[in-house]
Amino acid sequence: MFLTSQFKTTLKKNLQPLNLLPQVFLILLIIYIVYFFSKNTEINLDSRNLNFGFDFLSNNAGFDIQFSLINYDGSSSYAKSYLVGLLNTLLVAFFGIIFATILGFIVGISRLSTNWMLNKLSLIYVELFRNLPLILQIFFWYFVVIRSLPSTEKSVIILNFLIINLQGFYIPKFIFSNFVFIFYGLILALAVTFFLRYYATKVFYESAKVIPVFKIFLLLVIIFPIIFALLGDVKITIEYPKLVKNFGIFNYLGGVKLVPEFLALLFSLSLYTSAFIAENVRAGILAISKGQKEASKSLGFNNSQTLKLIVIPQALRVIIPPTTNQYLNLTKNSSLAAAIGYPDLTGVFAGTALSQTGKAIEIIFIVMMTYLTISLIISIILNWYNKKIALVER
Amino acid sequence: MENIKIWLKKNLFSNWYYSLITIFILYVLFSTIPTFLDWAFFKATFIGNTKSDCKSGGACWVFIKVWFDKLIYGFYPEKDLWRVNLTFLILIFSVALAFFVKDKFKMYILFFIIFIFPFIGFILIRGGFGLDQVETRVWGGLALTFMLTFFGIIFAFPLGVLLALGRRSELPVFRYFCIAFIEFWRGIPLITVIFAAAIMFPLFIPANANVDKLLRVAIGISIFESAYIAEVVRGGLQSLPKGQYEAAKSLGMGYWKMNFLIILPQAIKTVIPGITNTFIALFKDTPLIILVGLLELLGMVNLAKSNSYWLGFAVEGYVFVGIIFWVFSYLLSRYTQSLEKKYSTEKH
Repeated sequence: MFLTSQFKTTLKKNLQPLNLLPQVFLILLIIYIVYFFSKNTEINLDSRNLNFGFDFLSNNAGFDIQFSLINYDGSSSYAKSYLVGLLNTLLVAFFGIIFATILGFIVGISRLSTNWMLNKLSLIYVELFRNLPLILQIFFWYFVVIRSLPSTEKSVIILNFLIINLQGFYIPKFIFSNFVFIFYGLILALAVTFFLRYYATKVFYESAKVIPVFKIFLLLVIIFPIIFALLGDVKITIEYPKLVKNFGIFNYLGGVKLVPEFLALLFSLSLYTSAFIAENVRAGILAISKGQKEASKSLGFNNSQTLKLIVIPQALRVIIPPTTNQYLNLTKNSSLAAAIGYPDLTGVFAGTALSQTGKAIEIIFIVMMTYLTISLIISIILNWYNKKIALVER
Repeated sequence: MENIKIWLKKNLFSNWYYSLITIFILYVLFSTIPTFLDWAFFKATFIGNTKSDCKSGGACWVFIKVWFDKLIYGFYPEKDLWRVNLTFLILIFSVALAFFVKDKFKMYILFFIIFIFPFIGFILIRGGFGLDQVETRVWGGLALTFMLTFFGIIFAFPLGVLLALGRRSELPVFRYFCIAFIEFWRGIPLITVIFAAAIMFPLFIPANANVDKLLRVAIGISIFESAYIAEVVRGGLQSLPKGQYEAAKSLGMGYWKMNFLIILPQAIKTVIPGITNTFIALFKDTPLIILVGLLELLGMVNLAKSNSYWLGFAVEGYVFVGIIFWVFSYLLSRYTQSLEKKYSTEKH
């Protein structure tokens, strides 16, 4: 009843000529612009013997992509090249977010350290990385740092696990047989934790006993997959990269190869974003008044309890919203990959595929919509989380 | 002496792990800084005009010296360089003047910079009125970086303010249009905007209407940044108490009068730091135009370093670009911080 009456007043207000006219005018203007653009597009495409449509997606792409998470070759379709690009974008964004968060927290906390040296060094770090254009940093890593790595014969080998040379980084590949069982183990661990949490809440309200759900969860996540792996006869083979001489040229084969483009992009994105996250972390911790810590001490909490129960939960409330924005920025900035030839969504699709097919409108539309969707998904997830931890006032 | 000891104990060696960290940092600094200084100054070559002058093993600043004009002006014709210089001198002079005159005159200077200077600058750099035409194709270098940033600022700011007002409008068509517009531009990366402006947009307009590529890209960047400005300004609008609106209305002000005389001056003042940060981001984003073949400062360095005669001087080039971008961004952000302090003390 209330809603409808409110709706009626809004409607009435909007139907007044002074309010109605500009709105109608805006709608007509938008319609006209869309009409103008689409008419021109039609004429322009006709004169170039092109047609609008998405059926090119099923055609053979005919170009190779040097770094792909799924099987891809020249005979795959454009749709598949899109998928390769998207996965490469998500890959670099995923690891970039992890590294940027870790680095950002370390530097942000160092900024508040009482150690003068550490404090100033982290200040220089933040000011250096956030005031340089990201694309310059990417070029510097790609054209300067990685180009100065040793050649294949003189590779730096760290603990037989990481091999570093001009061609990129090589790490061993873990191959699981019957991998499904480990997955089952994880699901069971999650399911048990879910019920445990429910039970723990009940116990807490009935008898004020605290069950350490998170610790149990960590334990289960490790133990269940191992038990299942033993039951399901899971075997792990480790494939080490091997130095092979082919036609007089040394090369590493096998294992996982991380190409220089990926590394340059990952390093620069992580460092650039971490400088911004560090500032957020610093602001978040500074935002907690001294009184909070004193109150917590006077309630008898010790140092670690104060940090865990009082400081961090409140600081996170301040840190998370701007950090979410940084995650979004990182994901969008990963499109700079196109500048050094890392085959991400922009590079593969808006670069190679576009110049081959000439389908500018369709391809740029697809690419924009994909980034828009990723942005929306990340912001929905983090808004939900943010709402969960937001201050509940009486 | 005692004081130094106390300071060291308190700030560097207060407990065992801080001592370890201090020693580790000192070790890293002592092993890197001398090498860097050697490279950049002591072993570097400053004098000479050819690659063969660089034999000392340090940085070859001759590379920057030889390419300097290209890095600053791009391929702008040498005999007309004074036109670019004059344009920027006018800008620097009028901005500097604004700092020294009374508030009353500041308005006039601002008006000049926003409404008159762009036309003077455009005619000087582009040509016309007796000056030779210089096509945008040959514009480049640091001058182009500044031109794009300036263009972006004077376009993105008013558009952003209008979008922010639209987003809070009571008229649903305007509100939803502005929400969709802002969220769309904020959700996509700038590179896709630049690609769209350079490759896709020509299809949208009549074939005979030839809009310059640089102009298309500049407009694309401006619209992109205006969405960010809009969100910053919205923050300022939301921080104003309702009473300000009511007071303006009770004085009989209409929508535009209320917003431009009462609401916006207060709202924008509180978000000046956010706005400058967006402009710094815009400045740092300009190098992205290399992806569509426009060569500003970083693009010129990339071109110079791949010149077959001057191969192998990427580090010098990038360090030069880095210093320029860093100094401008850092100074602007420091200036912002000082503004922030100034306004926060006024409030309390």
